[in-house]
Amino acid sequence: MIDTLRTVIQANGLIVAFLIVGLAVWLSYWASRRFTRGRIHGSAIAILLGLLAAYAAGLATGGSRGVADIGLLAGIGLMGGGMMRDFGIVSTAFGVQLSELRQAGVVGVVSILAGVLVSFIAGALIALAFGYTDAESITTIGAGAVTYIVGPVTGTAIGASSDVIALAVAAGVVKSILVMVGTPLVARHIGLNNPQSAMVFGGLMGTTSGVAGGLAATDPRLVPYGAMTATFYTGVGCLLGPSVLYFIVRALV
Amino acid sequence: MIIYGVALLSACLLAGLYLGELLGQLLGVQANVGGVGLAMLLLVVAGGSPRMRSLTTGAAGEGVKFWGAMYIPIVVAMAASQNVVAAASGGILAVLAGVLAVLVSFALVPVLSRFGPQSPPLPPLEQNHD
Repeated sequence: MIDTLRTVIQANGLIVAFLIVGLAVWLSYWASRRFTRGRIHGSAIAILLGLLAAYAAGLATGGSRGVADIGLLAGIGLMGGGMMRDFGIVSTAFGVQLSELRQAGVVGVVSILAGVLVSFIAGALIALAFGYTDAESITTIGAGAVTYIVGPVTGTAIGASSDVIALAVAAGVVKSILVMVGTPLVARHIGLNNPQSAMVFGGLMGTTSGVAGGLAATDPRLVPYGAMTATFYTGVGCLLGPSVLYFIVRALV
Repeated sequence: MIIYGVALLSACLLAGLYLGELLGQLLGVQANVGGVGLAMLLLVVAGGSPRMRSLTTGAAGEGVKFWGAMYIPIVVAMAASQNVVAAASGGILAVLAGVLAVLVSFALVPVLSRFGPQSPPLPPLEQNHD
């Protein structure tokens, strides 16, 4: 009987994911009402619950894809994978007015450049503080603080060692998770309550998963604006990391 | 027909991702440059175009809105498939680099938001309606 159940679950991974995530969201909204009187948004609790589950699953399986590495929950990896994430993000743009985007266009571009630059400098300074002196390692760790994709792309391009690349990826993942968890907490203090500041926010943070999760937990109506600028960030980072930023670091050390 | 809206959404995403890949190759970058952003722009333009009306209103529009409403559950599933252990075990350097980058970026949001035309705050959100 158990074997039959297992067969059904394994053959219907995505459907199982809908059920499990549905239950997790229900539980989170209930906890939000019951314990915080709605002060902490249900979706923020649900995302936190997801991260905790991913941590527990990572410890248990030794894998890198959270609960998706547990055979019976593999469908969650499909539901939360890049394909569905992008499909969901794009659909949130439905109903957005073109004029709203055009208004924040220039400041959006500025925020992407500023975001890549400050994150890179932050990462590079930490690398220096930890005793790295070669331009390749400093640049790669700086690039990792941009996003966990920019780190390895830059590191591979300029020939950094694999343990430094691993550090860069870890820095990027820390950033992405921190943005998911921290955004609803700081939103009020940084004026993140309108489309224009959401576009600036997306451009400065850049991590698509972080921005997607953080804004969803803050106010889902801000998602399309933040996501729009954030999706350009990794590309700009990959463009600047192994080129301009590497040359500058090499000239300085 | 609901599928018309879903198909429009799919067309926008595929076209955007393709453009993003081409843009990446053109710039010599190993990444998709703004594919999702371009797809969103296409959907915004389609949503405002009178010609696309049959694909964006009525049942077809519901097909797009359904996926918009599925967005948070998808993000929850995404959070559950992150490599949280690697982030926690990357050592103090990785944690500090990530934390510092996020703090500085948070601090810059109100600074940069001051530039350009301002948009008014959205009306308060009602819990539970989603």
